[in-house]
Amino acid sequence: MIPDLIYLLASIIGLLIVASVIGAILERTYSPDGENAVIENLNARIRAWWAMVVLIGIAFLAGRAGVVILFALCSFAALREFVTLTNAHRADHWTLAASFFVVIPLQYWLIWAGEYGIYSIFIPVYCFLLGPIVSALRGETRNFLVRVAEVQWALMICVYCASHVPALITLKIEGYEGRGVLLIAFLIVVVQLSDVLQYVWGKLLGRHKIAPKLSPSKTWEGFVGGVASATLIGSALYWLTPFTPLQAGIMAFIIALMGFFGGLVMSAIKRDRGVKDWGHTIEGHGGFIDRLDSVVFSAPIFFHLTRFWWT
Amino acid sequence: MTTELSLPMRIVARLAAHGIEFFARLITAVRAEWIGVEPIPGQRVYYANHASNGDFVLIWAVLPRRLRKSVRPVAGADYWMGSGLKRFVGRHVFNAVLIDRTGGAPREAAVEQMAEALDQGASLIIFPEGTRNLTEEKLLPFKTGLYHLAHARPETAFVPVWIENLNRVMPKGEIVPVPLLCKVTFGSPQHLDGDDKETFLGRTRNALLELSAPLS
Repeated sequence: MIPDLIYLLASIIGLLIVASVIGAILERTYSPDGENAVIENLNARIRAWWAMVVLIGIAFLAGRAGVVILFALCSFAALREFVTLTNAHRADHWTLAASFFVVIPLQYWLIWAGEYGIYSIFIPVYCFLLGPIVSALRGETRNFLVRVAEVQWALMICVYCASHVPALITLKIEGYEGRGVLLIAFLIVVVQLSDVLQYVWGKLLGRHKIAPKLSPSKTWEGFVGGVASATLIGSALYWLTPFTPLQAGIMAFIIALMGFFGGLVMSAIKRDRGVKDWGHTIEGHGGFIDRLDSVVFSAPIFFHLTRFWWT
Repeated sequence: MTTELSLPMRIVARLAAHGIEFFARLITAVRAEWIGVEPIPGQRVYYANHASNGDFVLIWAVLPRRLRKSVRPVAGADYWMGSGLKRFVGRHVFNAVLIDRTGGAPREAAVEQMAEALDQGASLIIFPEGTRNLTEEKLLPFKTGLYHLAHARPETAFVPVWIENLNRVMPKGEIVPVPLLCKVTFGSPQHLDGDDKETFLGRTRNALLELSAPLS
């Protein structure tokens, strides 16, 4: 496992060096005093990518515990952003406190322990039933259904779906022992490159908007170009996975597609709440959910497809 | 005040300050927005809305370290002179100006204490509503203390500071905080400019309320 992982991390760092050089040249040529907002944002994004790659790299090298802890922290930060935008009332205080300080640790502990039978139903069965009970006991009925639904959806997106990324490491695939972390790397690389390439294709050729009300930056040209290039890259990365090149391409296609629609759904929520970004914690990108939206939609699907056909 | 402490206790106070700041950031990911002033040294009175016990901690946490050293929150002695731990944190971590709210001391004494702290070169954090706002109102009417302080030291710059969301993090009576994003917005400094009491209190209150309107 280690040689392939090192090789992958080295390629990503190489890619980032290229991106940083291009960013620096663009800045020197077109925005020496920071007057071009697009270039400034591009460079802020590249700098944040460096930090993210270093963190993810450390987590990967640390193995199962590393990725479980990394994504537990991501879930915490994402849930913090999500709940900020909800109608949560004082009466939901205990439901929310328990979501942060009990549900997140428990879900990720179950993932770490590989307890598929429990972690796949813990949130959608137990939390979905117990949460509303705790809120109802406080006796506040105003907006009750809205409040309950918001907390459930927040847990589903920020904790349940996100936790399926580290869960990939627990899959027991024949002939793939000890390489689970590479499956996570495959998912993250494909989904993030798909995001970046949709952005790049959209900026270069984008003319026809897909959903102008939801997301002004999403165009058909960007979507087709991004998904197609991510599929090809995924196919070329088959050596990371237990798949053949064709299978890897199909998986990458599904991942990129789900990632795109994840971004669309999360944009709809942002428009509904009248915000541009989920948060401000990641310079240039916005909040954690802005970066995770596509991963959380593709992770459970990728997990189940792999689990169904390869274990 | 900190100079009374032995070296080990000074280290403890410093570590406690870091710990409190880390905890505040973990729970709120607090972000500062400097709209009306720059975060540069200079004597100021920061006045803010008061809805939670953690209000001054949040302002303190977003101030650059250089400014933080000279900033002293004004707080009720009844609360901060309680247990030994609170007393230590209040005096040596936050270097608070502790005033008597019980009514035992003459009213002028509190303003006198704050003016004295200003004379010593400190900046202050105060909550002109006088008490925590637990109502549905955005901001309670100001108590007159703000005016009396401005009257006693007319040169002082009063900077409005709006704290967003902290009341939802820790509603009254709850022990466990719910993590939510918070924002602290700093507005344009206000001066007395010879105003009478009603005008000055109205103007400073409006300046604070203006910051509460969502900007993004």
